[in-house]
Amino acid sequence: MSDAEDKKIPEVSSPAAAGEAQGEGQDSTDELARERNAEPGPGARASTAAQVDDPASDTTPRPQPASPREQPENPNAATKATDTPAAEKSAAGSKTADAAAAKEAAKARAAARAAARPDAAARAGAARAGAARAGAAAKAEEAPPEPSPKQPWLDRLVAKIRERLGDGVVEEAAVNRLSEHRPTLTVNRERWPELARFLKEEPELAFVYLNDIVGVDYGKYFEVVYHLVSIAHREHLTVKVRTDREGASVPSVVSVWPGANWPEREAYDLLGIRFAGHPDLRRIMLPENWVGHPLRKDYEQYDETM
Amino acid sequence: MRTEELTLNVGPQHPSTHGVLRLVVKLDGERITHVEPVIGYLHRGTEKLAEGLNFTQIIPYTDRMDYLAAMLNNYCLVHAVETLMGLEIPERAEYLRVIVMELNRVASHLVWFGTYLLDIGALSPFLFAFNERETILNLFNELCGARLTYNYMRVGGVKWDAPEGWLEKVDEFVKRMMQKVDEFHTLVTGNEIFLNRMRGVGKYDAGTALAFGLSGVNLRCTGVDYDIRKFKPYSIYDRFEFDVPLSQEGDCYARYLLRLEEIRQSLRIVEQAVAQIPDGPVMAKVPKMLRPPKGEVYTSIEGARGELGCHIVSDGKDKPYRIKWRRPSFVNLQILPKLAVGLNMSDLVAVLGAIDIVLGEVDG
Repeated sequence: MSDAEDKKIPEVSSPAAAGEAQGEGQDSTDELARERNAEPGPGARASTAAQVDDPASDTTPRPQPASPREQPENPNAATKATDTPAAEKSAAGSKTADAAAAKEAAKARAAARAAARPDAAARAGAARAGAARAGAAAKAEEAPPEPSPKQPWLDRLVAKIRERLGDGVVEEAAVNRLSEHRPTLTVNRERWPELARFLKEEPELAFVYLNDIVGVDYGKYFEVVYHLVSIAHREHLTVKVRTDREGASVPSVVSVWPGANWPEREAYDLLGIRFAGHPDLRRIMLPENWVGHPLRKDYEQYDETM
Repeated sequence: MRTEELTLNVGPQHPSTHGVLRLVVKLDGERITHVEPVIGYLHRGTEKLAEGLNFTQIIPYTDRMDYLAAMLNNYCLVHAVETLMGLEIPERAEYLRVIVMELNRVASHLVWFGTYLLDIGALSPFLFAFNERETILNLFNELCGARLTYNYMRVGGVKWDAPEGWLEKVDEFVKRMMQKVDEFHTLVTGNEIFLNRMRGVGKYDAGTALAFGLSGVNLRCTGVDYDIRKFKPYSIYDRFEFDVPLSQEGDCYARYLLRLEEIRQSLRIVEQAVAQIPDGPVMAKVPKMLRPPKGEVYTSIEGARGELGCHIVSDGKDKPYRIKWRRPSFVNLQILPKLAVGLNMSDLVAVLGAIDIVLGEVDG
């Protein structure tokens, strides 16, 4: 019996699972205990391995004969209540908890969306104003006390992009103060390869180094985040591209940065975002016959006995 | 002579792949015509697991990514969280962090040195290297009770202060290790067989390295001066004097020389840090439940194998909404198929080894 399963049983079988999940915050105040739990001992590892190796291994006897997944009158629980692990547990617990869980999940998702854009209003303002940021400057000033040292650089970049590639490329532009004043652009999905080439090839920018690609599931849409570095000019830039969840697809930038190949495959594998124009878009971490994309917030592990 | 194409599976269980990596190699005689790395055997879904854990609980999981340089992985995570929360770290904790990170870099390079030479046929360097590494692991054991998976750092500082006499032992080790690097050079570097196997093998230029997103020694061997400790100093690295060794050659031999030189430079940093370390607390005052503000952060550090980055999306809760690591081994391994075509089978081992991957990190 592994640690992970040990923990699961009381939560799943307890009728008050929802309450328990909510109370999670308090019972972990004991730091030592928490750390001990965090240690992925042999048991925890074994259970992870089982999950990864074989979906069928999920059939190992567990004291949960009536999983909510089996109940047809319960269609929402599966997709809605997965935003937070706590919500997931509560959904598994009892049918009555479903409604509450779904509501909570919806709330969490709304919060998450807001989290993605801390000062969404200010940024949206900046975006609409484009390079001429009269309104944006005013707004930026009332939230944080002083403009970021990176703001002039970002403004110049946005102006330059508009000058060279026209309107409609940059949708939002802001400096992420929480991340060491990292300039961040949200750009139009269709125009992204064009912009990528420009960012790389323009000598004054020279973002020749693609650092990483991160896919994020925000519930209603996916965001693909590209971290770029200009070694020649000692600059950092983050570019975000959004895509709908249905048929999620973003143009591939492998032709611009060959190193985008595996990171794009990873995002495809774990989140199910397609990269149009990728030379070899296959799963990379999980086996070819894996069902679903684990990092999606509504992911449920496939169980062939169901 | 007419030959037939041969498909050869190297790994997933093969000593020279250093873990569970499978290479599907197509051969024409001895010559490689195609290589496809198959990865994911060690994928544990750390990013998925982390979404259900609070930030302190994630730290031990980072130990298990690059398990040869767990201190650096620890730091990568706590640094990202601290940046997001805007925390100030006590001086002594920063110094202790730098000391253990650089010692861990030395340990990691020593493993590389030993196993790489083992790959290409020299047995004794392995024993020499592991002998020294043992000292570092014992020092870590004394500090935090573990030899490999340290779980030493916390958001806000480190878990344990250095025990009495520990810093003196570190200093002693640094002095000895400096001489050992010279010894390694005497032992291996001039060897003609070694040179023939290294020079000009697996060569690429700076443009290729940048295009493939290589980092660490794999990038610096082409002359690109990109070391995050200098490029965008984090922690207290701006207080120390050290050089970033560079080479213009871009071959396996250059990577070998750079790693040995990096050991020296890391030791220099440790030496200065041990001399300067102040007294004081090792933990900042942080709340028991860490709830970073809503928002995103991406920070990166110079890991043992290249740029180690951590991207966190926080929704204001005690658990990350999404966390993603830029794992240098994963990115660096991408270039292998390009390098291997046209090589002999035995050179494939040399080229793969010189990239220096850790499969725990490749697979995440």
